[in-house]
Amino acid sequence: MNALPCTIYVAFTGAFLALVAGARSAQAARVVALLTALTLWGLTLYAASGFVPAAGLQDLVNLPWIPQLGINYHLAADGISLTLMVLTGLAATTGVLFSWNIEERTGEFFALYLSLIGGVCGVFLSADVFVLFVFYEIAIVPKYFLIAKWGSTNREYGAMKLVLYSFAGSALVLAGMLWAYAASGGQGFGLAQLAMAAADFTRTQQLGMFALVFTGFAVLAGMFPFHTWAPTGHVAAPTGASMLLAGVVMKLGAYGCLRVAMPLFPVGFEFFQPVIAWLAITGILYAGFVALVQEDFKFVIGYSSVSHMGFVLLGLAAANATAVSGAVLQMFSHGVIAGLLFAVVGRMVYERTHTRHLMDLKAMPLHRLIPFAAVVFVLAGLASMGLPGFSGFPAELTILIGTWQTKPLWALAAAGGVLVAAAFTLRAIQVSFFGRTGPDVCTEAPHPLPPITWPEKAGALLLLGATIYLGLCPDTLLDWIRPALHSPVFQALLSGGPS
Amino acid sequence: MNSWPLLSWLVFTPWVGALLVFVLRSRLPENLARALVLLLSLSTIALGACATAHFDPAVTGMQLIEKHAWISALNVNYHLGLDGLSLVLILLTGIISPVALYGTLRHVRCPAIYGALFLVLQGSALGVFVALDFFPWFVFWELSLIPAFFLMKLWGGPGASRAAYQFVIYTIGGSAFMLLGFAALYAAAGTFDFVELAALARDGTLAAKLGGPGAFWPQAVFLGVLLGLAVKVPLFPFHTWLPPAYAEAPTGASMFLTGVMSKMGVYGFLRILWPIFPAPLQAAATPLLWLALGGVVLGAFAALKQTDLKRMVAYSSINHLSYCLLALFAVAAAGSTNPAASAAALSGTVLQLFNHGLSAAALFYCVGILEQRSGGKRGLADFGGVRSAAPLFAGLCGIAMFSSIGLPGLNGFVGEFLIFRGVFGLAPWAASVATLGLLATALFLLTFWQRVFHGPAAGAGVNFRDLDRGELLTLLPLITLMFLLGLVPQLLAGLINPLVTTWAATLP
Repeated sequence: MNALPCTIYVAFTGAFLALVAGARSAQAARVVALLTALTLWGLTLYAASGFVPAAGLQDLVNLPWIPQLGINYHLAADGISLTLMVLTGLAATTGVLFSWNIEERTGEFFALYLSLIGGVCGVFLSADVFVLFVFYEIAIVPKYFLIAKWGSTNREYGAMKLVLYSFAGSALVLAGMLWAYAASGGQGFGLAQLAMAAADFTRTQQLGMFALVFTGFAVLAGMFPFHTWAPTGHVAAPTGASMLLAGVVMKLGAYGCLRVAMPLFPVGFEFFQPVIAWLAITGILYAGFVALVQEDFKFVIGYSSVSHMGFVLLGLAAANATAVSGAVLQMFSHGVIAGLLFAVVGRMVYERTHTRHLMDLKAMPLHRLIPFAAVVFVLAGLASMGLPGFSGFPAELTILIGTWQTKPLWALAAAGGVLVAAAFTLRAIQVSFFGRTGPDVCTEAPHPLPPITWPEKAGALLLLGATIYLGLCPDTLLDWIRPALHSPVFQALLSGGPS
Repeated sequence: MNSWPLLSWLVFTPWVGALLVFVLRSRLPENLARALVLLLSLSTIALGACATAHFDPAVTGMQLIEKHAWISALNVNYHLGLDGLSLVLILLTGIISPVALYGTLRHVRCPAIYGALFLVLQGSALGVFVALDFFPWFVFWELSLIPAFFLMKLWGGPGASRAAYQFVIYTIGGSAFMLLGFAALYAAAGTFDFVELAALARDGTLAAKLGGPGAFWPQAVFLGVLLGLAVKVPLFPFHTWLPPAYAEAPTGASMFLTGVMSKMGVYGFLRILWPIFPAPLQAAATPLLWLALGGVVLGAFAALKQTDLKRMVAYSSINHLSYCLLALFAVAAAGSTNPAASAAALSGTVLQLFNHGLSAAALFYCVGILEQRSGGKRGLADFGGVRSAAPLFAGLCGIAMFSSIGLPGLNGFVGEFLIFRGVFGLAPWAASVATLGLLATALFLLTFWQRVFHGPAAGAGVNFRDLDRGELLTLLPLITLMFLLGLVPQLLAGLINPLVTTWAATLP
């Protein structure tokens, strides 16, 4: 466990080294970035190997930082943070692999990329809201430059929209936190401290603070109707950044909701619970239908992310141990699957065909031109549809079970989302890779595209392996997540149901 | 012997084989690939025979059980087992798959990929027939769609893309509600195990646990599961995906879809819906009986109106499978009033599953031959007088037709006779209406026979080449079994009789 804080330092050191190495050669920057990401991932796995699941956060670092304001550099982790840290490691590694072809200012690209990772790791490990907020802001800035400089379609617009939404979200969080800080008498920003103080807040205060903080985080999680930044931003971003945005950054929002907004303001949460659930369900269905009619391949994936994140929010809203553990599992699962989908669409297809327009792709026998990408996309699509055998299935099943325990009607509405997901994913598979088919699947196409490179293969296999492994053994993660939900803070929040 | 996981081998040999063939696809010469695929497909009948040898028909519970803890967080077990019903369907899969492969592998492009997809499909179907826990069962159930989708789409006819999409979306749509139903069952009972859920249902605790905000919740959960299975069978009016899917699929896939995959739905009714929801099924049985009747009668009349031979056989599949559901719903509606009739109807159902598999697969193969010889034609009016040029083909196809009509002496008769005998005792009016279906079936198959095989040679029937050795060898096992099971139905009935008697005796 004690290895986890090192990930933050490793990421920032790696960012600096990549910048230095990038001044020499692009290849050096790539190698530095890959080694950094691998080290980071290795550290999370090492931490996981020695992890003893327990209720509550396990302290990692706790140093006074600004004692006058009661701010401590306090890092801690539990099974939920660990799950997301392992995801970050995996996403970082595969993201580097899929950014291997970046030739323009490679050093700077990876420096920004790794600082983004560093910020993300910091958020997942913070046990002090102020520290969390600082890391959260650190993660926003590199996103802008990554998209604005290395992005594609409409990149300035996408970058600006994404950053404005992120800042607006974080402003809401900040306002809510400062209000809570003031109301608690300015004791400090520690999660445990605030939770204790929050018990004495009035109902109005609770409602107001919860609304601010939750909305702020939910913007980043892509909750309907604050989701519009996500598809635009994902489409504009370079592949590696899309993978991180959908795979990890959206999880920051959901994590903030679960770690900060819900436990600190249980009264507010209880009040807004049905609103959140219905917004989540609307998001699942609405984004699914929008994905069904998109003409840009990457927009299909972008909206599918919003739809899948709706399941996460629904699981959180259902607020019982089963549903919330499913939501965390879904965060991991979606991180892997979205990464895989963006990798295929943004890197394997777009970089070769220079189009993402589904009608153009339909005219090419892509399954014969790049069969590896076709197989990967079909498997990723099946995972995204929530087919059993892949990670999305146990996650969504757990969410549905938990939601049913809270409110069967929500589960019924969300089950429609499973069907819509199947429809848009199948359409994407059908039109993009298998638009022009005949039984000659095994003969080579006349004008082959550039072959799939080794970093692409390695990245795709890592992600595919992760989603299949979790589909078959979700216990690995659930065994970390479920004990974490037994902490007093969560117990007070979560209602019954067998756990 | 119990320590050797026979059922796992049965299910996973085709899957592992598929992976092997897929990986080696570009290194294997095509002939070797074909032989390897066929050999792997034959593993099912070999292991199925092995299972039959170890199977004791007198035991009515599950046998050859394999049970291991799998996902503790969801109380999921890897639980496989087998009773007479599963065994019959395993044997059916074991016969249809290699026959369909042998008959079509010679002609398809890219036999390695085709074969690999086919093997995945075969393994999934076997998994459905032996899995006793919803989680693994659902894995097999859903994954069977994917190879079917690609077989249809890549090797199918001109309208295949649309048909394949429709097929998968319909089935997944139904499955989504079934999934929700099981989420609700798990939320109430804390288990996904079919056997445990059935036990809870028998002592009445399940309905009490399910009781949500109103008395209709158990019924709603039942409806979710019903929907998933009804689309798959399909039960009228959820059948609209089927005719285009069967018609556009390549011949081998059509044979498997109708021969084996359509049985998955009926199997689900018998294994899942009925044991877990006996009371809701009984309550809903009369309207469902009407729907099944609709499938029997309208399916047959729709077939009568078809001019496309493949669609005709597809509609006849709807008709034949609706007999199975008719029997089941009649039994459920009647309850314990007439156990002898119930037992007859139920054993008729199981036999009908097997027999329809044989005759429908043979018919689809015959239509496939017509289609292939004529360069893609399969209209009723495109052929004439095929018999004079191809007497052997005409003879064997005729036998398959008469088996499908239910001529005594052939296999089809036994199942339908038992179903009618049972349903007459339970719901005489339903049986009377259903005879209309028999009549129409005879009409359309005889029309088929007359237009295509009789009269002067015309259209694509001129100079029609008779069966070659490969085609003969494909049809012969099916035809032989039709006679064998028509004359000695005990071969199959012996495997299921004690089971069916128990079912009938424990009716509420």
